[in-house]
Amino acid sequence: MEMINILTVFILAIFVGFEIITKVPPTLHTPLMSGSNAISGIAVVGAIIATKVGGETGSYLGVIAVVFATINVVGGFLVTDRMLKMFKRK
Amino acid sequence: MIYANIFYVVAAVLFILGLKKLSHPKTARGGNTLASVGMLIAIVATLIAYGGIDWKLIAIGMIIGSIIGALFAIKVQMTQMPQMVAIFNGFGGGASALVAAADLLSNIQNLINGSPILVSGIEIHPTFYSAVVAFSIFVGTLTFTGSFIAFGKLQGFISGQPIVFTGQKVLNALIAIALVGLAVMMVIDPVNMITFFIGVVVLSAIIGITLVLPIGGADMPVVISLLNSYSGVAAAATGFVLMNNGLIIAGSLVGASGIILTNIMCKGMNRSLANVIFGAVGLVQEGASGTQQQMNIKSYSTEEAAMILDAAEKIIIVPGYGLAVAQAQHAVREVADYLQSKGKKVLYGIHPVAGRMPGHMNVLLAEANIPYDQLLDLDQINSEFEDCDVSIILGANDVVNPAARHDKSSPIYGMPIIDVDKSKTVLINKRTMNPGFAGIANELFGFDNSIMVFGDAKQMLQQLLKDLKDL
Repeated sequence: MEMINILTVFILAIFVGFEIITKVPPTLHTPLMSGSNAISGIAVVGAIIATKVGGETGSYLGVIAVVFATINVVGGFLVTDRMLKMFKRK
Repeated sequence: MIYANIFYVVAAVLFILGLKKLSHPKTARGGNTLASVGMLIAIVATLIAYGGIDWKLIAIGMIIGSIIGALFAIKVQMTQMPQMVAIFNGFGGGASALVAAADLLSNIQNLINGSPILVSGIEIHPTFYSAVVAFSIFVGTLTFTGSFIAFGKLQGFISGQPIVFTGQKVLNALIAIALVGLAVMMVIDPVNMITFFIGVVVLSAIIGITLVLPIGGADMPVVISLLNSYSGVAAAATGFVLMNNGLIIAGSLVGASGIILTNIMCKGMNRSLANVIFGAVGLVQEGASGTQQQMNIKSYSTEEAAMILDAAEKIIIVPGYGLAVAQAQHAVREVADYLQSKGKKVLYGIHPVAGRMPGHMNVLLAEANIPYDQLLDLDQINSEFEDCDVSIILGANDVVNPAARHDKSSPIYGMPIIDVDKSKTVLINKRTMNPGFAGIANELFGFDNSIMVFGDAKQMLQQLLKDLKDL
């Protein structure tokens, strides 16, 4: 049952993704990429969990993952904000 | 642990709302902030919900990551945005693969003993678990190495041209088959799992490199979009490894976004994804430039160009990447501002593949304070040429080549183009007569209504502005 629930979440998320992303205008495609990049940094959540579960080796792998994912999150959101600040109307 | 899931739902809602707000430049910035708040909630909830974590270790990791990420974000130039997105895709993929690997280590003893696998309190089948771990490691590692090759190409560390060798496709096919074999072995032979696991890591790393190396030049926007999608898929796969809704939802959103952008880029070039990945197009074809026909080209001075613009009422500017290379965005805005102050209508036509990644040209022009409501995309701009007096082509070539409409032998046949030739006068600025990025001659230069103004885009525009003011 759990398996089905999680698959349901997965499939619905894909549909939601397609629905909302197709509405993003071409002008904002670069910020969309850097912003979604930051969102894929959600792996940081997994990385935090990983530091405690996999023993010593696992915790090292987890910490490297924390560094990588944090680069993604912090860099991604900041650079997206920097870009979006520049978009102005006449 | 259960209550962390509630916060993941909140985070997911904020991600979705944030992306939804990206549908308009007015609300986009708030959307990005909303998504970042979602991320903060997810991180804090995880830190609190999972007891027994090494705070110091995580704090060090996060501080290092934040500093590197912030430095990238502050220092990067807008022209370098494709490289940065490429390298960030790599970090995302790498993080996902590392997480899957760490989780595998925690469960390896249970797998060997045939004991049930408990993930986040959910009992899952060992076969399913091993299979998603293998997949997650494969996608994550491929994204990691592939993104670094893409970064190297865009940054100029590696040749931007497609790198091809004989037997490349055979090699890739063999690696792919070996990967499937190793993944199957991981699932059915838990005792030797670590060995097969290392094999999967190594081969995934290699295939990431061999898949991206043969793609070059104009196709890079497709590759970055695709790797963007993979970084999302990797996160979602890792979500299945950890049975974590947060990762699954966020990863799926990013995966979907990358696929949509990949599709848009492919359509912009009239190419299939398979053709981009395996076609090694972009290699300068011999003979393509040799068959150039003689064209009668009218070369004008900026002074003469200024007179033509002075008489025009509606002007459309079509920028290409050459404009950004010449750092002429500000110069173009100054010319446009002046023309508008004289009561003329000025629009910009932006082709989907005008920059080096989706939407890149729009960012480059926004940086020069060009209002976004003057930037029209392919669908909107082509109906504007009927009553357009002058179109100005700056650093663009293939995207305005009429051969794409009628010449079946042209490599760009079928590619949607901006119909500049329909305006009364086409003013083309180029450095020299050399053919463009794809090495294809452009018949537009010889059309009766075409005039050429040679020179560096920035200097030409500055001179043009001076001449306009002197009229």
